[in-house]
Amino acid sequence: MATVMHTDAPAEAAAHHHPEHHHPEHHYLNHEKTIWSWLSTVDHKRIGIMYAISVAIFFLIAGVLALLVRMELLGPGETIMGPDAYNQVFTLHAVMMVFLFIIPAVPGFLGNFALPIQIGAKDVAFPRLNLASWYIFMAGAALAVIAIGVGQVDTGWTFYTPYSSDGSNSVFFVTLAVFVAGFASIFTGINFIVTIHKMRAPGMTWNRLPLFVWALYATSIVQVLATPVIGITMVLLFLEKFLGIGIFDPALGGDPILFQHFFWFYSHPAVYIMILPAFGIISELVTVFSRQNIQGYTFIALSSVAIAFLGFLVWGHHMFVSGQSAVSSIIFSLITYLIGIPTGIKVLNWVSTMYKGSVWLQTPMLYALSFLFLFTIGGLTGVMVGVLAVDVHLHDTYFIVAHFHYVMMGGTVIALLGGFHYWWPKITGKMYNETLGKIAAILIFIGFNITFFTQFVLGSRGMPRRYYDYLPEFTALHQISTVGSWILALGLFMVLFYMIHSMFRGKKAPANPWGAATLEWTHCTSPPDPHNFHHTPIVTHGPYDYHALEHLYEGDGVGDGATVEAAPGQKH
Amino acid sequence: MGDKGTFWLPEGASTLAGEVDALFYFVYWISVVIFVAVIAAMVYFMIRYRRRTPHDRPPVVHESKVLEVTWIVVPTILVLIVFTWGFKVFLKLGVAPPDAYEIQVVGQKWSWQFNYPNGVRSSELHVPVDRPVRLQMSSVDVLHSFYIPAFRVKQDVLPNRYTSIWFEATRADTFQVYCTEYCGTQHSGMLTKVIAHEQSAFETWLQESGIPDDASPAQRGALLYTQLGCQACHSLDGTRLTGPSFQGLYGSTHGLADGSSVEVDDNYLRESILEPSAKIVEGYANVMPASYGGLTEDELTALIAFIEEQQP
Repeated sequence: MATVMHTDAPAEAAAHHHPEHHHPEHHYLNHEKTIWSWLSTVDHKRIGIMYAISVAIFFLIAGVLALLVRMELLGPGETIMGPDAYNQVFTLHAVMMVFLFIIPAVPGFLGNFALPIQIGAKDVAFPRLNLASWYIFMAGAALAVIAIGVGQVDTGWTFYTPYSSDGSNSVFFVTLAVFVAGFASIFTGINFIVTIHKMRAPGMTWNRLPLFVWALYATSIVQVLATPVIGITMVLLFLEKFLGIGIFDPALGGDPILFQHFFWFYSHPAVYIMILPAFGIISELVTVFSRQNIQGYTFIALSSVAIAFLGFLVWGHHMFVSGQSAVSSIIFSLITYLIGIPTGIKVLNWVSTMYKGSVWLQTPMLYALSFLFLFTIGGLTGVMVGVLAVDVHLHDTYFIVAHFHYVMMGGTVIALLGGFHYWWPKITGKMYNETLGKIAAILIFIGFNITFFTQFVLGSRGMPRRYYDYLPEFTALHQISTVGSWILALGLFMVLFYMIHSMFRGKKAPANPWGAATLEWTHCTSPPDPHNFHHTPIVTHGPYDYHALEHLYEGDGVGDGATVEAAPGQKH
Repeated sequence: MGDKGTFWLPEGASTLAGEVDALFYFVYWISVVIFVAVIAAMVYFMIRYRRRTPHDRPPVVHESKVLEVTWIVVPTILVLIVFTWGFKVFLKLGVAPPDAYEIQVVGQKWSWQFNYPNGVRSSELHVPVDRPVRLQMSSVDVLHSFYIPAFRVKQDVLPNRYTSIWFEATRADTFQVYCTEYCGTQHSGMLTKVIAHEQSAFETWLQESGIPDDASPAQRGALLYTQLGCQACHSLDGTRLTGPSFQGLYGSTHGLADGSSVEVDDNYLRESILEPSAKIVEGYANVMPASYGGLTEDELTALIAFIEEQQP
């Protein structure tokens, strides 16, 4: 490894080590330029970008719907829409956020882009299946759009029977959309599992896998095992609706609680599909921006896999007041706690990784710190609602709404934003504006807390969720929450605009602006070559062994940091 | 929620509210301590070990086994305490004393109906204080959930079986009831009150709330109008709710959804009560529950007489 050939002039070193120096214009974004080359690509990086654009559009639409929900709740009674419109808007917000944004976002976008490079592979194991998964996902999304066109889906994202089976036929399109999009999720999962098993570069042993890869591995297990259950559930719903077979509807001799069991048997593991990849991103960010080896590598890696399996055993904690037996509730509560502990320990691992590190407060790290703050609140309030007697009071109130937004948005979305900024220079070859990035991160943090912390208080004081109208005593808190949503939206729109600006006008990114030690930074240009590496890298150290990589300490600390380690046999 | 109560919780008014609140605050304060400790450590590390130059070369830190064991063992003990405590109070919430006073509750889109042992019906829940009350609940249509924040009780109400909750009110007052399982258009309007009376006042209310034998059909209809929850969807003053207002309804001519029209007379009203989906008034949704099919002839006559009286 030609690592120790540094001079005092970083620029010169950079010139030595940048493979792109020889082919400055040739990378995966520009080697083919037609629309068709994108639509028919089997390059995992391009498919990742196609996922990114799709999920960003759904996030935008679902986010605007959220703003409409908050706007309607600015005062009691009708503010901007009637009750039926409100019920449809919150339903679409949730369905799109869950099935078309959070579930595919991290694996489909950052996972597709980074995973093969992080393990030193040229692509995923099944590149065509990877492309197929995007098309299937888009087909699912198209069905969801049809449902919006047909209108009147007002069941909430949980589709509880018998309300959902009595409703209009457009529920059919939404459930079909969930069914179809599920296959995309399964395909991605299978692809990642096989890729991680079979495509690792020489020397990339299991205990040298970056934690983002471990997290995606655990996520993929859940995707493959859990997603079929939601598919089956939706098929049963169709059978009931169109053939009149009584499964869930009591009028036909069915059992509505059975639906809830089926639904949460998928949807609780799905919570881990949403949060585990976020854990992976945070693991990368805290170590890179602390320049310190991660604390508890083995624990973090294996507990994610353990959580992936144990996550199948806790679905009943969504049903403490549903009418399921008290014995079930007690058992589910206990298992819920056991699965909560490893998650809590991960937070402590991340915080302690900063100990005696060199903490660099760039935008991605601000998101990681935001995550630690928000996710800790989300986790501790999860302990609160796991307490049987207390959950009786808090269930189906705004306390729950606040809790899962702290986990799903404060956790997953914040981590996604962190990862988005972190890999942006690698994906686009451009730097974003660091000052605007920091301002936006702080605005999002403040806006998020104003929006959702108030909802904890609303909920514990008795405000039920999914309410179009409310009693006057809740007005002040609802108004604070709505104002928070505007600040949050302002921060998110800032991100959209400076990232678009960066794409066209951004400063050129070096190969390793953050001084990271994983392969996508050390062995790969920004943006990467169409084949990722000129030569298969040979891995000789762990993903966070900063002390082993002299050249990482050479950067100028303003976003064009360390230089690229040349691959063995690579020309200089 | 009232002027009393704490920042987090409305003032409790049942025998078990205090136990639930104690548990809530136990978890709350432990969470606050853990949260402050985690964030303090994070902020301290962030400042103490901030990057001073790009060439910072931090020492290699090895994992501490003692630390790792501590933060596995301590949280495990804490959650087991919380679980056990929560489970004990949950059992108390779940098992009603055998001598509890029993009231039947029927949930439907979008009102509640309460039936007392002596045949009295009401759309607001009346209960005695200092006596355990058990509600046996069912739904005639979709899922609902019966929630009284002041009593810290909640239970889903299902269409195919009975569920129940119990409580013992500790003071005479009026408390809010919510539906907390999403049930459609007027989910947020599916509200009612619990009125807790002193024992003697409750007995008096119970005696006086039956339908008097000498009441005229229209007077009985007026009582049924509130007891059956008609007011949730049909106003008396012309306000447009989920269903057509009763004001000036009788004798008018309705346009129907299929384009035809019908004159509102006794037989049309009878059909619309017993079989709501037979004729849908233009501009309204077909959402009235079919649960009124079981009304007696007397009750139907009374309701129709009451509707006939509602002229502007």
